[in-house]
Amino acid sequence: MSFDVMMKLIMAQGMLGLNNGVFYAMLSLGLAVIFGLLNVVNFAHGALYMTGAFVALILNSYLGVWLGIGWLHIGFWPALIIAPIVVGLFGILIERFLLRWLYGLDPIYSLLLTFGITLVLQGLFINYFNASGTPYPGMPESLRGVVNLGFMMFPKYRLFVIVFSILVCIAVWFVIERTRIGAMLRAGTENPELVQAFGINVPRMVTLTFGFGTALAGLAGVLAAPIYSVSPLMGANLIIIIFAVVVIGGMGSIAGAVVTGLALGLIEGVTKVFYAPASNTVIFFLMVIVLLVRPAGLFGRQG
Amino acid sequence: MSPDTTAATMTKPLLKVSDLHAWYGESHVLHGINLELAEGQLITLLGRNGAGRTTTLRAIMGLVDRRTGSIQIGGAEYIGMPRHKIAPTAGIGYCPEERGIFSTLTVEENLMLPPVVGPDGMPLDEIFTMFPNLRDVRKRMGTRLSGGEQQMLAMARILRTGARLLLLDEITEGLAPVIVKTLGTVIRQLKAKGYTIVLVEQNFRFAAPLADRHYVIEHGEVIDVVEAHEIETKMDRLNHYLSV
Repeated sequence: MSFDVMMKLIMAQGMLGLNNGVFYAMLSLGLAVIFGLLNVVNFAHGALYMTGAFVALILNSYLGVWLGIGWLHIGFWPALIIAPIVVGLFGILIERFLLRWLYGLDPIYSLLLTFGITLVLQGLFINYFNASGTPYPGMPESLRGVVNLGFMMFPKYRLFVIVFSILVCIAVWFVIERTRIGAMLRAGTENPELVQAFGINVPRMVTLTFGFGTALAGLAGVLAAPIYSVSPLMGANLIIIIFAVVVIGGMGSIAGAVVTGLALGLIEGVTKVFYAPASNTVIFFLMVIVLLVRPAGLFGRQG
Repeated sequence: MSPDTTAATMTKPLLKVSDLHAWYGESHVLHGINLELAEGQLITLLGRNGAGRTTTLRAIMGLVDRRTGSIQIGGAEYIGMPRHKIAPTAGIGYCPEERGIFSTLTVEENLMLPPVVGPDGMPLDEIFTMFPNLRDVRKRMGTRLSGGEQQMLAMARILRTGARLLLLDEITEGLAPVIVKTLGTVIRQLKAKGYTIVLVEQNFRFAAPLADRHYVIEHGEVIDVVEAHEIETKMDRLNHYLSV
């Protein structure tokens, strides 16, 4: 194989890897935001991502049928706004009525609770929808087709997902690291009691943060719907990788989650070029190595 | 002299704490604190470590698990108010013992963090005139400051909010004499500007010339009250209270 062909292959697999990577980044970003302020490992994150995809599917294919309005199809663009709101509100309910009772306790309780919520959500969707997946037909006309990147023809929609997700990640990073709201969040992570004594309503901030983190999962779900088939187990497959990303990046680190998510997607893709069977496990090898060398993760604070 | 006789000598108190009890979990830390001060006054809470001075301030801020009794500020009752409403409603600035500078925030973010609680917050220019060191380190992360700078920042942070009632916990602890002297000047300036101040202080030499009145706290109770003009005559007793 000539060097030129090799380079093209690496870049092509790299792009596909990056496409996975933006999902890793967006989901681990939400997990990191939640873990940072609430100290809760939200196992339900994958199920909420799946719920986001289903909200998009339902809006497009089922809602009209259920309501008996044949012409009603709420498409991709509205879903991109509605689904995160629906999932975010659902997250707010979870925090307000379930998680809140577990804050003083060992984190294992909230992990178990969110694991239970995952099973309930999966069970519900398996009961009413096809367990092996339903295609999402609502991909917007403007994003169909391919673009020529020079080294490969790349689906327009996937390129849109990559750019859009990276912009979302940068925006979230900016809000948290560079604005007053972000400063309140960071201060609340460090010393919630004092922040509250200053007159900031920390419990409300916690609720909204959890809602926001879950909304990010919902948003990722909508973006995933046109690429992968919408299935009740789509989140379960992903959440394990996401946890590996969060551990490698460093629990609670915003930039760490995003950079690690993108990087691992790329590494996974490029591994396919050299030794395809390892591409599914390379992330876990890296996790082991990182844990041995830097137990707090690449971007986590050591000690 | 009991705290009650002091009350009679004063006009309209800004802060009046009566029979304040406080708990951390099961442990009953304050056993009926009584104290009061009028607007523009400065009082100190003296006593040994663990006597309940810090807890008195924390109880006023709602930072205990449970509290009973009465805390009146400007005539309104605060005992049942949720934690996050106390500072904005009463216009309190609280400086905790460990200073509470946030390590993940820059100096500027630390300074701007607490919400405004009163109409006449100190403008940044005036703050930087009072604490010139802070101007140069604005972009630095909060905990990459010296202890003295951190203390200045913790003070500056609450002055910006427009708080007129300041609860200051051990602001001189562990600081070099020259910085303690600067803080003394700052407190004197604040008093001249009409701020009302409760000072928890270990360093009696620092507190004595500043205060209108001293409350001696032991085992979660006020065991003595010493007016500024009585210090000379009661020095032996004070030494006895504060000796380790």
